Amino acid sequence: MAIYNLQVNGKEYWVDVAPDTPLLWVLRDHLRLVGTKYSCGISECGACTVLVDDNAVKSCVFIVSRVKSLKVTTIEGLSENGDHPLQQAWDELDVPQCGYCQAGQIMTAAAFLKRNPKPSLQQIDDAMQENLCRCATYHRIREAVKLASTKM
Amino acid sequence: MSTLHNSSRRGFIKITSVTGGGLLLGFSWFSAEAETPVIMTQANFAGELGFNSYLSIGTNGTITIFSPNPELGQNIMTSFPMIVAEELDADWNKVKVVQAPLNSEKFERQLTGGSGAIPHSYKRLRVAGASARHLLVAAAAARWNVDAAECTTSNGFVIHANTGNASGYGELAEDASKLTVPANVPLKNRKDFKIIGTAVRNVENKKIITGKGIFGLDFYREGMLFAMIQRPPAFGTKIKSVDAAAAKTMPGIIDVITFKNNVAIVGNSTWEIMKARNAVQIEYEKDGNTESTSDHNQILLSLLDSGKTTQRRKDGDAETAFANAAKIIKSEYQCPFFPHNPMEPMNFFADVREDAVELIGPTQTPGSARAAVAKLLNIPEKKITVEITRLGGGFGRRLKFDYVLEAAELSSIIKKPVKVTWSREDDMTGGSYRPAVRYRFAAALDGKGNMIGYKLRGVGINVGNSTREDCFPSGAVENLLIDSAEHTSPITTGPWRAPVSNFLAFAEQSFLDEVALAAGKDPVQFRLELLQKARTQPVGAIKYNIDRMETVIKRVAEKSGWGTKSGVSQGFSVYFSHATYVAQVCEVVLNAGRPVVTKIYAVVDCGEVVNKSGALHQVMGGIVDGYGHAMFGKLTFKDGAPEQNNFDQFRLIRIKEIPEVEVHFIDNGIDPTGLGEPALPPTGAAVANAIFKATGSRLRNQPFMDEPLYKSSKGF
Repeated sequence: MAIYNLQVNGKEYWVDVAPDTPLLWVLRDHLRLVGTKYSCGISECGACTVLVDDNAVKSCVFIVSRVKSLKVTTIEGLSENGDHPLQQAWDELDVPQCGYCQAGQIMTAAAFLKRNPKPSLQQIDDAMQENLCRCATYHRIREAVKLASTKM
Repeated sequence: MSTLHNSSRRGFIKITSVTGGGLLLGFSWFSAEAETPVIMTQANFAGELGFNSYLSIGTNGTITIFSPNPELGQNIMTSFPMIVAEELDADWNKVKVVQAPLNSEKFERQLTGGSGAIPHSYKRLRVAGASARHLLVAAAAARWNVDAAECTTSNGFVIHANTGNASGYGELAEDASKLTVPANVPLKNRKDFKIIGTAVRNVENKKIITGKGIFGLDFYREGMLFAMIQRPPAFGTKIKSVDAAAAKTMPGIIDVITFKNNVAIVGNSTWEIMKARNAVQIEYEKDGNTESTSDHNQILLSLLDSGKTTQRRKDGDAETAFANAAKIIKSEYQCPFFPHNPMEPMNFFADVREDAVELIGPTQTPGSARAAVAKLLNIPEKKITVEITRLGGGFGRRLKFDYVLEAAELSSIIKKPVKVTWSREDDMTGGSYRPAVRYRFAAALDGKGNMIGYKLRGVGINVGNSTREDCFPSGAVENLLIDSAEHTSPITTGPWRAPVSNFLAFAEQSFLDEVALAAGKDPVQFRLELLQKARTQPVGAIKYNIDRMETVIKRVAEKSGWGTKSGVSQGFSVYFSHATYVAQVCEVVLNAGRPVVTKIYAVVDCGEVVNKSGALHQVMGGIVDGYGHAMFGKLTFKDGAPEQNNFDQFRLIRIKEIPEVEVHFIDNGIDPTGLGEPALPPTGAAVANAIFKATGSRLRNQPFMDEPLYKSSKGF
């Protein structure tokens, strides 16, 4: 066990966990930030995507000892009032079905739009290919990323 | 999830009056701020509070509608309240929706499955809304001393135009609650609908997109323990010995418990139990057949030739028809096992105490789960409460309650509240699969290309009846024989989105394409001729509506420009399942010789479309799901053990692989049917028939990517 000081959503947290604990489980079990989802545990589905600094990271394989002073942003901290252009677009286009993967989808898109604020549909698909949606809401995910990009 | 806070107990007033529909209505008021994101307990919801309804109205005008059925993405939590609000003439912006816990006394059919919730509840929900509206009008009329018949309602207000009186529902709720619900209230004419038929966004969007804890896996209670369970890695094996000494000493581990064929690692956090699990040494031994996919392939073939069959439908004399046929077409189709793979793995919370048992989590069948836990623990059902969290997908997997039983049994052993979480690997290897099935078809044509005989034999592994014997083309063929046989295996199976239909539709609609082409007929025209036959010379029972099926066929041909396009190859399919008619046309182009699915048109007759946004979403999702699984899905076995255990090995469709999808609904005003399943079944055949048109290669086995056509082409 070791003590880590983490910067998550602009707040400081101290946790005492094993160094190999994935950030996902620190967020979920120790900080009770459950918006970040577990689904595959092997970096294949993207449900656990968070921002580490401005990069989309699969938190299920990103261990806590690597976080150091990097700034972690989860879905809970993406915007103050849940009104990030992506969140607005997700609601406006009614993207979720079951909803389980959507936080990860939004976080992947958030990192992507920071790098590429005016993407083509093809570029959106390339970026969102990382994230699985078992309900297959892909058409609306694509449209919502596009819509958000027009408002950022 | 939304809930009722304890402080909201005060001020509840109830009426309970049984309406003609047998529905209980109640009014109460509580302030909107009483809502908190804590999962509610049965105790603060049920009758003792004087609250046992679908609907309540706050003095501030807030309408709260309880949604009894588990929500797994089918959007029932939005469409049910829409129906109530429509008849109530509520202001949708003031409607709050709350997931109700299991309460068999208050709600009927509190389950999610079979695309059955909307057809079951449509009338009941309308009556609930209309009855409440009637009482509010009566209360207003009495207050104003006017004739109720002169009052109208709109957007949460009762209005009396002649006197200029108007009151919000909140102001009238107390008076209304003292009145008696009439036996028969009139329902709206659909031309007056203001909410039904519009696009209404998912009522839980905000929570979903801001990461609120609403799923079972998100549930946490102070003092609860975490557990994972190691189950036998192969079907047909059992535990021989367990050595948990090392695991028990690891950080955060409370205990390692062996029960039945399970070894439960119990601890303080998920990662700690995941690690300790790897340190448990378990030996297994054979306890039945340990089958491999190669065995299944042999078994399916031998079942077709010499299995003990059960006759499902017989019309006329198929043998004679085949003996006299000018042409006979024979074909076989096979599909593999599938896991359901909901994004949220199985999990459940259980707290088994002397006085009461609490179960909390994602289940499609809370009632059956409760009954099974009562039996397991040998306690009366009334001691058990079940709270339903949002489900991160279901696809039929959560119709089984094995994971609920595990959690309850473990809690009863350790005498602590515990949440059992399945890893993705547990979820994919833990059974309850869509069964592997093989179909043998034969069609007899006369000299004019008329189908005078039809035979179907369905065989499968733990599948039950793998046919849907009364489906089209039954009723349109004079001589028909349908039978089935099955093999019993230790591999567990269960319903998977559109059970049986999810593959039978592909096989049947691909075969009918083969027959049409062999008869020298256009595939669409061939179906229409068969339907005309069923209409004018019906054979045996006909359990589909000929007009409705004909309409979706004609409409999809029109919308897709069937037979008029150059540069694309089209494939057609139509299927009736879950009381809904869906016809599809798929378009394929060749890219360097490789078929690429570019577009799928769908025409859907589900009767009244309740929520345009939700309905469209279900159809598009179902089509992409059907396409993805037909193309990529397979679960294979080696010596009883599944060979794929995570998404790196089981390929699910991703965003770059989806075709364009264009959906049209038939506007006929018939009472609505469900949409969670019926769009999926026809897709595989529409795709395969288009690919045949484009390439001349007939795909008869799923997944398509393992067929020679794709094996030999690059880039997939």
